[in-house]
Amino acid sequence: MPLYTLAINGKKYPVNADAQMPLLWAIRELVGLTGTKYGCGMAQCGACTVHLAGAPIRSCSFPVSAVLNQPITTIEGISKDNSHPVQKAWIAEQVPQCGYCQSGQIMSAVALLKTNPHPTDEDIDAAMQGNICRCGTYPRIRKAIKMAAGTLAKTNGQ
Amino acid sequence: MKNSSELSRRKFIQQVSLSGIALTLGAYFPASGKTEVEIVNAQLVDKASTELLSWISIDTSGKVTIRNHRSEMGQGTFQAIPQMIAEELEVNLDQVTILFAPANPKKFGPQPQEGSFSIRGWYKQLLQVGASAREMLIGVAAKQWAVDPSDCYAQNGQVIHRSSGKKLGYGLLVEEASTLPPPQNVPLKSRKDYKIIGKSLPRQDIPLKINGTAQFGLDKKVPGMLYAVVERSPRFRGKVIRFDDSKTKAVAGVKNVFMVQRAVFGNLTEGVAVVANSLWAAMQGRKLLTVEWDDSGFDHLDSDQLASQMRANLGKPGPSQKFEAAWQTSAKKIDAIYETPYQSHSCMEPLNCIAHVQDNRIDIWGPIQEANWIQADLSDRMGIPKENVTVNMTFLGGGFGRKGFTDYPHEAALISKTMKAPVQVVWTREDDMRTGPFRTGAFYACKGGVDSTGQILAFQMITAAQWIGQEWSPKPYPDPEPPSYNNGNTEGMLHPYLKAIPHYSFGGVGTRAPIPVLWWRSVYASTNGFAAESFIDELAHLAGQDPLAFRRNHLPDKRYQDIVDQLEMISGWKSRGKNAGWGIAITECFSGICGHIVQVSRKADGKLKIDKVIALIDCGWYVNPDIIRAQVEGSIIMGLGAAIKHATTFKDGKAVEQNFNTYEMPRMTDTPEIEVHIMENDEKAGGVGEPGLPPFAPALCNAIFDLTGKRIRTLPFKLEDV
Repeated sequence: MPLYTLAINGKKYPVNADAQMPLLWAIRELVGLTGTKYGCGMAQCGACTVHLAGAPIRSCSFPVSAVLNQPITTIEGISKDNSHPVQKAWIAEQVPQCGYCQSGQIMSAVALLKTNPHPTDEDIDAAMQGNICRCGTYPRIRKAIKMAAGTLAKTNGQ
Repeated sequence: MKNSSELSRRKFIQQVSLSGIALTLGAYFPASGKTEVEIVNAQLVDKASTELLSWISIDTSGKVTIRNHRSEMGQGTFQAIPQMIAEELEVNLDQVTILFAPANPKKFGPQPQEGSFSIRGWYKQLLQVGASAREMLIGVAAKQWAVDPSDCYAQNGQVIHRSSGKKLGYGLLVEEASTLPPPQNVPLKSRKDYKIIGKSLPRQDIPLKINGTAQFGLDKKVPGMLYAVVERSPRFRGKVIRFDDSKTKAVAGVKNVFMVQRAVFGNLTEGVAVVANSLWAAMQGRKLLTVEWDDSGFDHLDSDQLASQMRANLGKPGPSQKFEAAWQTSAKKIDAIYETPYQSHSCMEPLNCIAHVQDNRIDIWGPIQEANWIQADLSDRMGIPKENVTVNMTFLGGGFGRKGFTDYPHEAALISKTMKAPVQVVWTREDDMRTGPFRTGAFYACKGGVDSTGQILAFQMITAAQWIGQEWSPKPYPDPEPPSYNNGNTEGMLHPYLKAIPHYSFGGVGTRAPIPVLWWRSVYASTNGFAAESFIDELAHLAGQDPLAFRRNHLPDKRYQDIVDQLEMISGWKSRGKNAGWGIAITECFSGICGHIVQVSRKADGKLKIDKVIALIDCGWYVNPDIIRAQVEGSIIMGLGAAIKHATTFKDGKAVEQNFNTYEMPRMTDTPEIEVHIMENDEKAGGVGEPGLPPFAPALCNAIFDLTGKRIRTLPFKLEDV
């Protein structure tokens, strides 16, 4: 099996993996970071969302061999102490119920706010449409994204 | 706070030993109503084994640990149970460590996570646990100060002497407290004195669920663990004739391939397990496996055949002459058939379970709703004493009833037994969605009539469905279930209606099929409620009355009158405009009553849109209003999914929908504005997790009727088709 070096959350992890192994399983089973979740295996639910070179991807359908040298960020890389404005907003709005999909929801939300600091409802719809939550936390996710956008705008002096 | 499931008993013992002593109160309340309180100190710990694990522990530094003995699948027991105990114990919840307790009916009483029961079933006993511990600690402090205990009170983890202002922390009192007999029947605080109950305190599990540290079943690892995936029969009762594992065994890492069973009620289903030293190897090996199935001896049903059977069954009960006679005398009468589909639970975390079977012991770890049942079931099936079966709960990535079953741990235990090693069995999304058990589809034949004053004179609802109870029946498929009449298939419907209706009749026919069925969030109320509250609406229109006022006229009890009044007020029902359609529905299940008002309108592009849902829940005494609001919001979205997004259908005896590309879930853009209100009253605690679901579909269809005059009687339907 080929050897890949994955740069995850600023740290390098050498992994021996089948070229076609989805990045999800490399992250969970070979690297051992289990915050990224398996939900459907076919890019339908978004539970496996991570950032590749800053952009959100569905890691369940992204082969490890296609990562190349691009840096990966997982939920564990957002902040360990819940200090990221999106995490703070998730606490303030008490978003999670079962919590299983929330890593993916947060990764999609962080990516949205990075490229679009003032998202409209339609922007939120478009960015979050790929993330399923069976507990139905969508109304709170929407509120939390708006709250985080407000915090980020203040931080950036906008 | 630590991630509870990681703090093993070993570590706990260490913690106890370091601090010298811990007070542990276990309080399972047997039928006599006596409080069994056990004190365990450091000397007893090593002998005490799992007996240690009960609700409260305090170490000599004053650190408080409270155990949540129920599973946490999103509904909030991880917060609500400690919140109740902490109230009476007089400690701040943010200083408490919360741990999951394993299955132990001796310590915790029944632990099933079903029927919205965690609070309504046990709140008085759990409050008593906190109160007993508090009184023991107060007793010790009073003795040390040589004062009357009644001159002392507890606050913030300390006992305070009222007259002198002297204080002692719980940590300094716990050692002696552990030698005292626990007081019985301590008076509980009155609601007005609550400091933390009734408040929206932030959930203690949320910080773990936003940075990847919360441990779900799929995240759990134990040393030496192998991984298994199982190729299960695509038809529900197929048996393995033979399989070819030559290519599978050539995959590096695959260790064994063998036939494995799984008990689904009385039926032993079959599959072929692929076990490997990594999940990836097991999954790759499975792809190369071929299995030949014996699919004889049972029907290979299509959904439309199943529907025909259910429609035919609706006609099977002999007509009740008395009811028919009354119905015939109605000034105006109608009848209608309602149809609801099969549904998959589709928790976001697919099923999984770790089992480690050794000579005379079984250890289970996983996302589990039914800890006690699994303990008893495995003990029975595997011939191992119940006390040697340990069932450990992780966080659950959703449950909705599916994880309240014994099949997936049973299969894992059989695989572990063969492998003589701990094994994690992982279900793929497809395995999870196509294997079932499913919520049954249910069909309803309704008849009703109103008298000349517009009051309901006669109301009949006949159900045809696969009863969950039939799954236990020793009768082999396909014995027909005899018709039963006036048998009370009324779960979900408001019972006070029956006081106002002179002639009513309920009955049902169990439909037999090889499709396994199981409880699904709100169980029969999820379909009964649709038929009952749609038909009440039809009767309101038949009587020429306002649907909200019509309900008020037929709900004689004050509690229900208050709900209707409140719904009218919070929604502005009387002042609603003519360009929108408004629908009301109120249902009751698991001692929780919930009413929805759904508002729909047609947009400029001609499409129908759900603008807003206003919900009112009456769950009586409650703990955490924000968790209640979250549960009702989530129930509405799950109900919306079952009404307008998804269904499980069958073709040639197999489930058609296998992943989210065909089983379409509600997403962000499907989510209407939701407003949740909670009734304030002095009623006993009722259910929260499920009662918010059933009213959605009928309220939506009633709103669509209000706007368009079109009556929808079959779920699911597409909004764009209306």
